[in-house]
Amino acid sequence: MSAGQFFSRLGYSILSCLIGVIFALPLIWFIFAPFNARAELGLAIPNPFTLQNFSTVFENTFAVRALLNSLIQALGGVVLVGFAATLAAYALSRSSVPGKGAVTYILLLFSSVVSGSAAMVPIFLIISAMGLIDSHIAVILVFGGGLLPTAMFILRDFIDGIPRTYEESAMVAGASPVQAFFDVALPVIRPGIVVVVVWAFVNIWGSFLIPFILLRSDSVMPASVAIYSFYSEAGTPIVTLLAAYSLIYSLPVIVLYLFVSWKFGFRFFGGIKA
Amino acid sequence: MKKFSLLSTRAGALFLTPAAILVALFVIFPFFWVIFVSFTNRTLLGRTAVNPDFVGFANYLTLFNPETFFTRGQFGFSLILTTQFVILSALVGQALLGLLLAWLMQAVPKPLKAFTETFVIAAWILPEVVIGFAWFAFLDYDNGTLNGMLRSVGLPGADLLLQQPFWVIVFFNTWRGAAFSMMLFNSAFQSIPPSYFQAADVAGATSFQKFRDIALPLIRGHVVTDLILITMWTFNVFTPFILTHGGPSYRTELLSIYTYRIAFKDFEFGKGAAVGVIIMLINLAFALVYLRIARGRKKEEAES
Repeated sequence: MSAGQFFSRLGYSILSCLIGVIFALPLIWFIFAPFNARAELGLAIPNPFTLQNFSTVFENTFAVRALLNSLIQALGGVVLVGFAATLAAYALSRSSVPGKGAVTYILLLFSSVVSGSAAMVPIFLIISAMGLIDSHIAVILVFGGGLLPTAMFILRDFIDGIPRTYEESAMVAGASPVQAFFDVALPVIRPGIVVVVVWAFVNIWGSFLIPFILLRSDSVMPASVAIYSFYSEAGTPIVTLLAAYSLIYSLPVIVLYLFVSWKFGFRFFGGIKA
Repeated sequence: MKKFSLLSTRAGALFLTPAAILVALFVIFPFFWVIFVSFTNRTLLGRTAVNPDFVGFANYLTLFNPETFFTRGQFGFSLILTTQFVILSALVGQALLGLLLAWLMQAVPKPLKAFTETFVIAAWILPEVVIGFAWFAFLDYDNGTLNGMLRSVGLPGADLLLQQPFWVIVFFNTWRGAAFSMMLFNSAFQSIPPSYFQAADVAGATSFQKFRDIALPLIRGHVVTDLILITMWTFNVFTPFILTHGGPSYRTELLSIYTYRIAFKDFEFGKGAAVGVIIMLINLAFALVYLRIARGRKKEEAES
């Protein structure tokens, strides 16, 4: 390595380090504040170090209820998306339903055109016409529909990559097409379903706008909206509670991200946002 | 050999039904419903909530009224603000920073790469409310980390959320979304055969020359894909609302936040729907370009 190369390497490293630090700055606060008994908005090493903030969160019934609500809505949405997307993607890949190509194209188009910000008015009106405003099922259905097109494409690509001979040989051995799907294809597709399900979970778990416009009462409010109301409406936010609560709320997302990148080496997690 | 289909047409249709109902109800129907509502004076409360009148293009004429178009808090102001926001935070901020990061990540030692990537990706995957609160604390005038740092080097602190709200959301969105471009360009760089760079090394090329003359032309397609995707996402993003509520005095009121205020604060659903229609038309233009490019590329791959 020449001297010039050495210095350009060094320059790169310094620049990379600098950018890393800039990205870390707004987040470092979150690493310390949850464990600090006297946390304020300023950055400080926890003194004294404490887990008290976490028990404060779990004593707050509204906060706990909101975490549970997030879980209900995310799991409900995930079941719906996983179920409908798997069946539909399998049909798109393996059956000869006419106009598959056109359907795929139109769905792709619609799913990118109808965004949350463009469609908040009609979504609110449809949900209120159905009498579902302020219910878990409202959020579950809206995300079910909104995330489905993308989930279907991810899964269809995945299923297209699996040799048809698996199911063909099962059918030669006398299995019905439906048996071939459930007993042969489904176990092979499972990793693809896991990816889609994790992606959908993270999307719903972190979502703010849809629950914010569709839900009113504390009993169904998810954690995202609860955290927002904690710091936007309460006058002076209870920083210790908020810091610990935000960390607990972020934990599933971090764990799932690590799980997916460890299991699948799949970096493009969440790449396509609803 | 002709492939026989594994699933009969009827079973296939049955498999498609649940997805078809959901997508029809919550994706396709809203598309047409929002167009319909935009031609009415529908409100949330009162007589027009149940029996809205057909008002033709009145909502659109209000939005494009030349007398108020550029006034703060009006449609035109918000549209221009959003355009500036997309250009600065997505096209300049996210794309350039992502490109720079992806290139740096090829060259720096592993532990440094892990350090930088961890925080860049964390900024992107953490829930938006948490990120919003983190920045709220970061920018706090009295105690925030940023002002603490400024003061420690002898500079005066600033209440940036009040003084420079637009630049705050530009930097916020760049910070939040750079990870996507970084990862996309990262995988693009890795698809280039290393022998190209080795040959350039032998010829004594500098890193910047390798970047400009070898890497950039080869990943041109990825750059276009990246620009279209981040433009669409940034154009529709609602996250800055969590940080600024569109204020102070409408200075960060992006189109998505404007729609929210018109529809859910002023309860004018008809007008809010009209904004929604315009957002969808702009989305449609980008999506058509994107699909055309994606299709062209697929064809190219099939032919080669």
